[in-house]
Amino acid sequence: MSAGTNKIAVTVSEVVEVNELVKRFRFVRSDGGLLPTFSGGAHTVVEMHDGEIQRLNPYSLMSDPMDQTAYTISVRRDDVGRGGSLFMHTQVKPGDQMVISYPVNLFSLDLRARKHLMIAGGIGITPFLAQIKQLTATNGRFELHYACRSPALGSYVDELCDHHPNNVHIYYDEQKQSIDLEHLLDGQPLGTHIYVCGPKGMIDWVRGKAEALGWPREAVHYEEFLAPQSGKPFEVKLAVSNKVIRVGEHQSLLEAIEAAGVDAPYLCRGGACGQCETDVIGYDGKFLHYDHWLEDDQKASGKKIMPCVSRFEGKTLVLDR
Amino acid sequence: MTIQFNDETFRDDYTFRNSQWAIDRFPFPFHEDSYMYSVNMEQHQGGPAGSVFEKRFDVDEHYVSEMKDRALVLAEDPLRCQCLPHMTLAGWDLLELIMVSKSEDYPDLFELHREGNNWHWINKPLGIDHKFVFLDETTLPYGPMEYITRQSQGDFAVLDQRDDNLWMDAGMVTTQADWSLDFDIGMNFFEWHAPVPKANEMGIFVRALKFLLNIQQGTPARRLNWTMTVNPLLDTSPENYHKWGVQKTTLTPENIGTKQHLRVELQTFFRLPRSNALVFPIRCYLISLQDLVTVPKWGRRLHRVIRDLPVELATYKGFIDNRPMIVDYLSQFDDGLPTSDGIWPDKNTEPPLQT
Amino acid sequence: MSKFEFPESINSRPVWGTLEPRPGKSHLMIADAEGAEALLELAKADDRLMSKSTILYFPKGTGETYLEDLENLGAAQLYVGPSYSAAVARLRRILQDAHMGLQIYLSGTESLMGQAMREAADAGIPHSAIQTEHRGSVARRMQCVHCKGITDDVMTDPFVCSHCGLNLFVRDHYSRRIAAYQGVCVDAENPGNVPEPVELYS
Repeated sequence: MSAGTNKIAVTVSEVVEVNELVKRFRFVRSDGGLLPTFSGGAHTVVEMHDGEIQRLNPYSLMSDPMDQTAYTISVRRDDVGRGGSLFMHTQVKPGDQMVISYPVNLFSLDLRARKHLMIAGGIGITPFLAQIKQLTATNGRFELHYACRSPALGSYVDELCDHHPNNVHIYYDEQKQSIDLEHLLDGQPLGTHIYVCGPKGMIDWVRGKAEALGWPREAVHYEEFLAPQSGKPFEVKLAVSNKVIRVGEHQSLLEAIEAAGVDAPYLCRGGACGQCETDVIGYDGKFLHYDHWLEDDQKASGKKIMPCVSRFEGKTLVLDR
Repeated sequence: MTIQFNDETFRDDYTFRNSQWAIDRFPFPFHEDSYMYSVNMEQHQGGPAGSVFEKRFDVDEHYVSEMKDRALVLAEDPLRCQCLPHMTLAGWDLLELIMVSKSEDYPDLFELHREGNNWHWINKPLGIDHKFVFLDETTLPYGPMEYITRQSQGDFAVLDQRDDNLWMDAGMVTTQADWSLDFDIGMNFFEWHAPVPKANEMGIFVRALKFLLNIQQGTPARRLNWTMTVNPLLDTSPENYHKWGVQKTTLTPENIGTKQHLRVELQTFFRLPRSNALVFPIRCYLISLQDLVTVPKWGRRLHRVIRDLPVELATYKGFIDNRPMIVDYLSQFDDGLPTSDGIWPDKNTEPPLQT
Repeated sequence: MSKFEFPESINSRPVWGTLEPRPGKSHLMIADAEGAEALLELAKADDRLMSKSTILYFPKGTGETYLEDLENLGAAQLYVGPSYSAAVARLRRILQDAHMGLQIYLSGTESLMGQAMREAADAGIPHSAIQTEHRGSVARRMQCVHCKGITDDVMTDPFVCSHCGLNLFVRDHYSRRIAAYQGVCVDAENPGNVPEPVELYS
């Protein structure tokens, strides 16, 4: 058994075009039963069978965590990516049967917080949609600052503003609006926790500013799922299973290991959780480390790789799998 | 099967007894003839029919009496059950997990009827029939964690997960192997395990924590732990140590078979869905040495394990002074024959004691 | 000599550090007795710190020794009080008005640092973000695990619980929430057989 998560067979019950870049998918259990409840910030891993290729992509659950009748996710189309989001946008239709994982939360609320200060960029809004529903049900205090490109591309802006007019603040890049972070972080009550989800630049900006203003590291939470990058194909020897595999241009190393029928653990598939950490037995070439799990010295050591997002260029790579 | 619940005590006159059924299904913790710490985790997805591993929350003949004993402990010392304010949601998660599991696993004993958040819970062994509103604390006589754990055997530690660590932020602890919830509440995984000798240097806790942090919804895990207790005393608490400690000095070669008990903890771990907390039920099973050695394999093996246990562990587990007497007693039941692998009694295949 | 090297111990025993200036809009410093020395050194390390700082100081046995030096630091607010316990309500009031970014510095006895850390953590500052530096007495604040009473300034092992009278041995197991080490009955298995008390760390 892989990954430590159970799977659920689901049926796509609805596909909604939220705007020209984002589609929303609604899943119900194929056996008619109830889905597990979850905690705001959790994601599910969606299995996609695109011809020969199998992809497993994580998406934040955005529906009400207490609603067991359906899960919803939103997928932003990435025209230059490896094709997972394109598959969801162009292939997946209502009535389709799919397999998703049990919810896993690597971005949960700190329930001790006196106040939850949420900062979202673009499609990074999705985990907050579930967290806000959770906090609303439990009378938690929150404030959301949400930056998006334009009113036309501001996914769920109207819904958020309608339901939480006093807690939601929207910033449109196109209108030269931006979050006044220094001012925002100044004067927050003790016990406030920051949550940020969005592009890497935004996460780095918030973390850096918070640190400079004396915020404790433990009060700043962030979630950044990297999509695996495409790259040159390469060959890998799996020592334990005694197989030689080829990692395709638009395939991740983890996906290639799975395609060869070799069991490998994972949770986030985005370089964040550490679950798929794999020992390198030997190599002749250059690692392309894209994860933010390994420390710099580990990356330099040539002894570890995170196969969910990282790649390799060179002659030989032998892994302990 | 229908369980016949014992009427028995775990204090004063100690009328606790194991039936033949309970002896045969006892969770013997040693899979080989020696013992050292390990991260001995496995999936908790059922087990052999009738074994203590079969159900998510095992209910046995001691259920009703254990719950009476818990009520007595809590009346004397309410600090044995505590829940930091941010753990209330986890308490509801736990209540749901136990009610759903027990009503599915023991439909003749427990019933749960749900209409939205209007819940109806029937606990036949304890004579409870209660309607309440899920997620509304004011409709229960206690907080949700306390309410359900007053009806569930074993201790419960409810752990918050944050900063890549687990924090003991709530619990019901009345059948513990000498640790204090009141003192340890709020500690992280490394802090509350700090008094355990050797395991830290062995890297046990780093590996165990990594495993536990990654336990996900739908895939619970379990392990066994053990110690020794004189008399079938469930509440071996530090709080009352000045009262029960002296019982350790009452062992004699004549009474050791009935008084000295092997104490085994079935520890399970479940991810809680709404709170993302982890619950750590610690179920205590007691067996007298006299009953234990009726299984020839267990008699042989326990003798070897206790005899060869490192001094630090025997000290930490609190039986270093009594070890010579225990080993003396057990040696009568070890004829030197080899033992089969694994924890099961293997009564049909292992030879009887050669005398 | 106000510094003491504590022997290495178990994971629950607090490890005290050395105060250093950190970025922040405001700073709260709480010290007792020789703990004043650590604040004086902290001020030297960054001369802009004190104008944004509130100091709560309890001289205990040191009398006037450090008062003039502390006054000369030019802290935004310096409060000198007779005891920590008398100042708890004041501390809570200060924390009530405080904002994220506040830096906390504790120095002096373990008892003082432990209790002040508990207040700050209850107010919402992660305990790991609170700086500490031990100075002065190595006496311990002990909780009797049996009656739950606190005995402060314990200097010997074993000692007598000031509430229930049991003879307790001193463990290194420490609770941040109680701000005390654990004391456990020393003669439970052999009533009346109490070892001769010895001075801690002797």
